[in-house]
Amino acid sequence: MEKAIKRYFPIFLLPTLAAFTIGFIVPFLMGIWLSFCKFTTVTDATFNGVENYVRAFQDTIFRHAFWYTALFAVVSLVVINIVAFLIALALTQKMRGTNIFRTVFFMPNLIGGIVLGYIWQLIFNGILAAYSTALNLNEWYGFAGLVILVSWQQIGYMMIIYIAGLQSIPGDVIEAAQIDGASGPKRLFKVTIPMMMPSITICTFLSLVNGFKLFDQNLSLTAGEPAKMSELLALNIFNTFYGRTGWEGVGQAKAVVFFILVVGIGLLQLRATRSKEVQQ
Amino acid sequence: MKRRLFALGLAAALCLSLLSGCGAKSSTPSGTGSSGNNSAGGKVYYLNFKPEQDAQWQELADLYTKETGVEVTVFTAASGNYETTLKSEMAKTDAPTLFQVNGPVGLAAWKDYCYDLTGSDIASQLTSKEFALMDGDKMAGIGYVIETYGIIYNKALLEKAGYSADDIKSFADLKKVAEDITARKDELGFSAFTSAGMDSSSDWRFKTHLANLPIYYEYKADGIDSTDAIKGTYLDNYRQIWDLYINNATREPTLLSTKTGDDAVAEFVTNKAVFYQNGTWAYNDVAELGDDNLGMLPIYIGVDGEDKQGLCTGTENYWCVNAKASEADIQATLDFMNWCVTSEVGTTAMCGGEGAMPSGQPGMGFVVPFKGNLESSNPLVNIANQYVADGYEPVSWNFATMPSEEWKNGVGSALTTYAANQTDANWDAVVTAFVDGWAAEAAAVNG
Repeated sequence: MEKAIKRYFPIFLLPTLAAFTIGFIVPFLMGIWLSFCKFTTVTDATFNGVENYVRAFQDTIFRHAFWYTALFAVVSLVVINIVAFLIALALTQKMRGTNIFRTVFFMPNLIGGIVLGYIWQLIFNGILAAYSTALNLNEWYGFAGLVILVSWQQIGYMMIIYIAGLQSIPGDVIEAAQIDGASGPKRLFKVTIPMMMPSITICTFLSLVNGFKLFDQNLSLTAGEPAKMSELLALNIFNTFYGRTGWEGVGQAKAVVFFILVVGIGLLQLRATRSKEVQQ
Repeated sequence: MKRRLFALGLAAALCLSLLSGCGAKSSTPSGTGSSGNNSAGGKVYYLNFKPEQDAQWQELADLYTKETGVEVTVFTAASGNYETTLKSEMAKTDAPTLFQVNGPVGLAAWKDYCYDLTGSDIASQLTSKEFALMDGDKMAGIGYVIETYGIIYNKALLEKAGYSADDIKSFADLKKVAEDITARKDELGFSAFTSAGMDSSSDWRFKTHLANLPIYYEYKADGIDSTDAIKGTYLDNYRQIWDLYINNATREPTLLSTKTGDDAVAEFVTNKAVFYQNGTWAYNDVAELGDDNLGMLPIYIGVDGEDKQGLCTGTENYWCVNAKASEADIQATLDFMNWCVTSEVGTTAMCGGEGAMPSGQPGMGFVVPFKGNLESSNPLVNIANQYVADGYEPVSWNFATMPSEEWKNGVGSALTTYAANQTDANWDAVVTAFVDGWAAEAAAVNG
């Protein structure tokens, strides 16, 4: 069997590789090339050097989207992970109905971002209307709204990963700590959390990158209102590319900057949490 | 051997699922049957802008294919997504051969793709050179529908409030009537205006169509028809009319940011408001009020000499032929356009109302700037014609000269903020978005 796999691996690999090339590598390389071009349609471009990058960084809205997104990613990361971890802790205690709770907490994750955005927009505006205001009148309402929405959506997902992590901690380690007289909080911080670092690495990585890449929820919840002040990076790129005549290349340049940023931050964060992981 | 076959079978299955995935994607825009396609004669791919006329165009395309054997594909972009769709469709091998731009600003982005229509059959059908979109000497686009907007009103409600259209001849009159209705709102059971929703389904009525009036008067005063730097001479008038709209409406001004176009239509057809700013294209939405019950008023903004002001008439729908398509496709497209505006089936479909399509469906109800134009059955169009006949001066559509979508969005956001909190500071933000935004965007687009 092993021999057969060695001999036929191209057959198994080719379809996926072809799909990956068509769907990812080619557009990616084309995207980098286009970021140095002036164009209206992607198949018909002329080279214009780094002008797009200069214009991208001169765009004040882009700079605003930059720190607004960073702030959003950090806030949502903290909220999602802390809450998800606490829920996971609660749902690994021996009590009745934990499976039902896990299912319920996980369910929001099954609804698409656009739909969630519109549903929450109705809820928020319904509440804010009582105070004669609306979600799209203040960038911080939009910010809070996005954090609530994304937390609601992603906490269940992270919770599942944390539960799996908690269940993989060997019972004897905890028991030993208990016998040695470690108090509850001490057991949590000195034993459980260090043993959980692999899950924490994954969850923080996922929520950080998701925070940076957030698009559909932003589009449907606030659409960047008021005056693009609640526009996150991904939406800003989309609007630059499709919404502004003559700015297609700039949008593409922003996308390349965005890619470098997300990869850079993701790697940094992975390295930081990996170094804290312990051998089990 | 068996195992090898199994592996091959698996691989084949993977390949198949991949290929079928690709295949399904590329065939999305083919909305029509392709019976009797003669490939030598070229084909037509029309990227339609108006979702409300999608069914009619599909039917017309089918009829044309049956009659001539030329394949016509009609694909309609979702509302508000035309530029996005056009941009991605144009990058494809089978790009649209017939598409549209909204005027000089839209043309700037697409002029390399516009075939010179000078001397074509359809150009000779135009009733006036005014409806051709020129790029220097090149005829880049041809307007195919003339539309009119103003303040549509409900005659019965206006009478119930004790007024008639004859009482409204200026902004001051309009203000008096509107504020009187607001004062007696509870007693009458309806408001003056429908909600001026600033949701994206409705905000164009104000950031584009209403904004046309101060621009029109400024251009008129300065004797120009386009500018890189608007002065905002009539912005105080813009504020007056906006104040009137938002403070005499069915909804609190603070709630406008979330109100949609459908909300306004619903309020109008359920007799909750007398006035509704929109145009001839909205007839089907409000038809249930009854043709005799509908009237249209000019949008008065309080400028001297506005007693002779008529409705706002113009076009932002220009047909362009893709210059990068093959010779045969271009010829097929030109033939199709010409057929639409000269043949009996084509003109009835474009201009007719109830039952104008061969299938018995209503026609598009357009007024077309071509020789084959027929009498319209759209009462709003007839009202517009009556204004012209009575010697009122139509207000031209200058919003095609607005520098970009970005500018409109900036003004729209500022108007929303102002509606929620009507302070001078917030109005200054509107003025900044209008005047400074115009200069900045004009520079960004040209530079």
